[in-house]
Amino acid sequence: MDHVEQVRLLERFSNKSTSGTLHLTATHLIFVESNNTATTILHHHIASVEKLSLTTSGCPLVIQCRNFRVVHFVVQRERDCHDIYSSLLRLLRPVSYDELYAFSYNPKQNEQQREEGWQLIDLGAEFERMGVPCDRWQLTDVNRDYKICETYPRDLYVPITASKPIIVGSSKFRSKGRFPVLTYFYQEKKAAVCRCSQPLSGFSARCLEDESMLQAISKANHNSRFVYVMDTRPKLNAMANRAAGKGYENEDNYSNIRFQFVGIENIHVMRTSLQKLLEVVGSRFLSVNDYLLGLESCGWLRHVKAVVDAAIFLTKAVTVEGASVLVHCSDGWDRTAQVCSLGALLMDPYYRTIKGFMVLIEKDWISFGHKFADRCDQLDGDPKEVSPVFTQFLECVWQLTEQFPQAFEFSEWLLLQIHEHVHSCQYGNFLANNQRRREELQLGDRTHSLWAFLLREQQNYLNPAYCPTYADTHPVLEPSTLPCHFKFWRNMYHQFDRSMHPRQSVLKNVLTLKESNCQLEDTIKDLETVNFSTVFLIEEEEEVGEEVTECCSDTERTVEGSSGTERKESYSDLQGTYGAKAEPAVVSLEFGVARMTC
Amino acid sequence: MEFSEHIKTANVEDVVLRRPFHPPMQGTLCVTGHHLLFSNRDGDSSRLVLLLLRNIDAIEKSVENLLGYSSLFSSTGQSQRPSVSSGTITLKCKDLCVLQLDIPGMEECLNIARSIEYLSSLDIVSDMYPFFYRPLKLSLQDQWGLSSPEQNYAQMEELQDRWRLSHVNKDYSVCPSYPPAVIVPHSIDDETLVKVAKFRQGGRFPVLCYYHRKNGMVIMRSSQPLTGANRKRCREDELLLQAVIDGSGLGYIIDTRSNQQAQQARMTGGGFESKSSYSCWKRLHRQLERGKVLQESLIKLVEACGDHSHSVDRWLSKLENSKWLSHVHTALATAGLLAECVERDGHSVLVHGSEGTDATLLVSSLAQLILDPNTRTLDGFLGLLEREWLLAGHPFQHRCAHSAYSHARLRLEAPVFVLLLDCVWQLARQFPLAMGFSEPLLLRLAREVYASDYGTFLCNSDQERCAAGVKERTHCLFQFLLKPSEREHYSNPLYEPTELAIWPSIQPQSLQLWRGLFLRWTQHAVHLEKAQEELRNLVIECRGAS
Repeated sequence: MDHVEQVRLLERFSNKSTSGTLHLTATHLIFVESNNTATTILHHHIASVEKLSLTTSGCPLVIQCRNFRVVHFVVQRERDCHDIYSSLLRLLRPVSYDELYAFSYNPKQNEQQREEGWQLIDLGAEFERMGVPCDRWQLTDVNRDYKICETYPRDLYVPITASKPIIVGSSKFRSKGRFPVLTYFYQEKKAAVCRCSQPLSGFSARCLEDESMLQAISKANHNSRFVYVMDTRPKLNAMANRAAGKGYENEDNYSNIRFQFVGIENIHVMRTSLQKLLEVVGSRFLSVNDYLLGLESCGWLRHVKAVVDAAIFLTKAVTVEGASVLVHCSDGWDRTAQVCSLGALLMDPYYRTIKGFMVLIEKDWISFGHKFADRCDQLDGDPKEVSPVFTQFLECVWQLTEQFPQAFEFSEWLLLQIHEHVHSCQYGNFLANNQRRREELQLGDRTHSLWAFLLREQQNYLNPAYCPTYADTHPVLEPSTLPCHFKFWRNMYHQFDRSMHPRQSVLKNVLTLKESNCQLEDTIKDLETVNFSTVFLIEEEEEVGEEVTECCSDTERTVEGSSGTERKESYSDLQGTYGAKAEPAVVSLEFGVARMTC
Repeated sequence: MEFSEHIKTANVEDVVLRRPFHPPMQGTLCVTGHHLLFSNRDGDSSRLVLLLLRNIDAIEKSVENLLGYSSLFSSTGQSQRPSVSSGTITLKCKDLCVLQLDIPGMEECLNIARSIEYLSSLDIVSDMYPFFYRPLKLSLQDQWGLSSPEQNYAQMEELQDRWRLSHVNKDYSVCPSYPPAVIVPHSIDDETLVKVAKFRQGGRFPVLCYYHRKNGMVIMRSSQPLTGANRKRCREDELLLQAVIDGSGLGYIIDTRSNQQAQQARMTGGGFESKSSYSCWKRLHRQLERGKVLQESLIKLVEACGDHSHSVDRWLSKLENSKWLSHVHTALATAGLLAECVERDGHSVLVHGSEGTDATLLVSSLAQLILDPNTRTLDGFLGLLEREWLLAGHPFQHRCAHSAYSHARLRLEAPVFVLLLDCVWQLARQFPLAMGFSEPLLLRLAREVYASDYGTFLCNSDQERCAAGVKERTHCLFQFLLKPSEREHYSNPLYEPTELAIWPSIQPQSLQLWRGLFLRWTQHAVHLEKAQEELRNLVIECRGAS
């Protein structure tokens, strides 16, 4: 079976529907409306398919996607519906990496371009940019063969005074062998941000090598006599871990540390919280009060603020006190990744550029082994391992972009696009759980890099309000922690619910203006250098004008602002009584986040 | 009146002023009849802070008598004790700014507090500052107001065959809160209007406020009919409404009260248009809050915004508890319904609640913004405010006597106009290219409506304004805002006129707290403002170049 006709697609927040044909390919589910507009859903994006009980109008099929798209089809014949349902179920559950889209995705690109894409980001160069190696920190080869820690990258940076036996000893005392290593170096104060997993301390165990390791980190910083150890878990969770032979650092054993709990909840709490949030905002006749009460009771914004608060704590310790900080949680790949990367974003303006942001994700998330495959449910696995930790990180970044509109080179559309592809499995970057596995899969040879794709169309992700000199006056961002500055991210969680978006977009408009202006200026400059006669110049300019308008309409922009031709739900109970008349068209902008991923 | 009677201490030296975004400043404080003047001489440069007393909503004073300190001095054997008592005055302003003055000398402090208390709440219109404001750039000979009812009528040629301009209210005797001239159906004569006025609360008989060019449908507004408990009828009222829908067969009445409230109103002499008497009209009830409920909502919202607790849950629950966003939602939804009746269903609509001077105006003006591109320009929007709020008799002086900080007992205050501005801001957020004016205009209006150098928002009706000589003796804010220098600042550089209706999304997720107004005095607002300014300059630059 490849297509079913006369399927209706119900609009999520109104009584409207469109009918068309549903196609099922090996990689996509495509709904083509009678006017030929297509809704395309990648199989990897589908989180769940549900067949509801038969109604008079047909058999409803509800599909929930990981990019927060929810589609509600009504298929006329029950048998067709069942066919689609069972085909989808089969396609949805890839069991091996080879089945993922990234291995079959083939854009029109030659081998050289593909390889160059993978070379765009060089973490060695990134550590050099931070000023490492230096007289206090060095590159170690202990993990060259992933022998010490298989979830860490090959190249790791440690204090010069940390000898190999210390490293090996420390790694044996840390959960999953994730011993303390450098992740960010604040050059101005020579203060380090290090990361690791929890110590296997239980109730009383000690490890001299681990203590020496922390000593070495402390000694590598002359500003401060101690190292902050940030345990990003709530105290209760950390204490419970002691019963399992894990736990946290005892200040009595580590003479040179200041220990601090931060209280970010675990992956299970976050998963449930986001689920609740989506339930609240997904209800159709939501009142303002229920919306605000729902926001409160799901706790999502509280959790987001907890992560930002932790990053602010880290940033203050490093930039104001000049102290080094060691961050960990349980395994050091979820909350630790969030706090380290968000902290670095606050401290270093480079990470607020498009390229720098990619480097940051590559470093703190991909290379240090955030389990993308498990957390994003790439292969059929344990549902308890799935959690929106990375989504939450992107949201924290978005909250910061809202507080500092001039500080970031990118707009929220970059965040949305990255989120889209973390789940699409279309590019190799986020596949698998760690670097070692990625190398085994030869992703660099067999798939394409998302970063190359994003950089190629980076003009779409520019923030027009970005001010490069802002970094000079505000090298370190100091966000407000007042709760009123934490907002619901509509453009993420409702990115496919067009009726909810502003009908016109300032962002899109300014970008287009700026772009057309640049083109115009360039052309004028070109013409001026050639020094033609005045008459000719004027003629040329007119032509340029035409060109510019064409360019604008061609530019496929993936920004907010939906087509106004579709009317939102009726305000009243009138509809039906008087029949729908021609709908007022407002603006016809290209709405593109919902863009096809093929 | 002599203001000096109320100024015991006019000058105090060495006062410390603390205000948002500025370091504390030491200088001289001076009280005048209408202002607090604070000047600071720092070397060569001198700075001046001027605060309109009318802007002060609440004043809190605390006096500290630090005599304990004097023992330190006495031990040194000095007989002369320095003056060590001092006081602090906290000023909470109607623009939601909070300032603090540290004043040396207890008596001075109390004197100044007393002056502020008295002078910030003057009752007599002609004592208010607009009557004394005489800037060099403006002349009292300049036109006051943007347009008269006559001019408005003359501009709309399409409606003139079915609608006429009536001067029945030329001496304000038929309806004290209406302007001297109103637009009514051609077939209804002035005598009938007088009778209808007697059947409507406050004499506010149904008048035309908007004519939809596309289909000839209209929006009318009035107050409630005085049917009372025994379901009184008024033949003339029925005739007038029949004349409105003449030819199109059916009309809607949007009652801004709930059905139950409308029923209850009959007990106090009010009521609603019953199906049996007005068979061609269909009533729709949409409950909009007004009066005390709305004022308390604003107070709670401002309180929530000033709460610096770090708990997200507490913030969200306070925001919810204030119900402000619910009011925004209801207003936009009702305006959407009204616009939908006119544009999509092609029927005329009559809007009213009880008095017809608050929620009625809110809904009718929002619907016009949705439908009519002419009201979305800077001139058009100010014109709309003049027509639908000033001339239509929104009692500004009653509604805006106090804002969210005042401890005074609530009387007739209600932030209906602020709610309108918030709704317009939501519209502009959703259609950032469709409005010819900018957020700074809305913020400026939100400030001016409570305390102003201009006479525009004084008094409760056109009649009162004429009687007090407002139009001769004060300057007009709207005229000023349209001067070339100001116009540029208040225009939206992204503006691209569209002839189409702008239908707002009213999902709760689409509505936002108006940070520019309610969180204006937080550091965060400074970042946002700067970014907006940059963006604005960028757009102007781009537009200028291409």
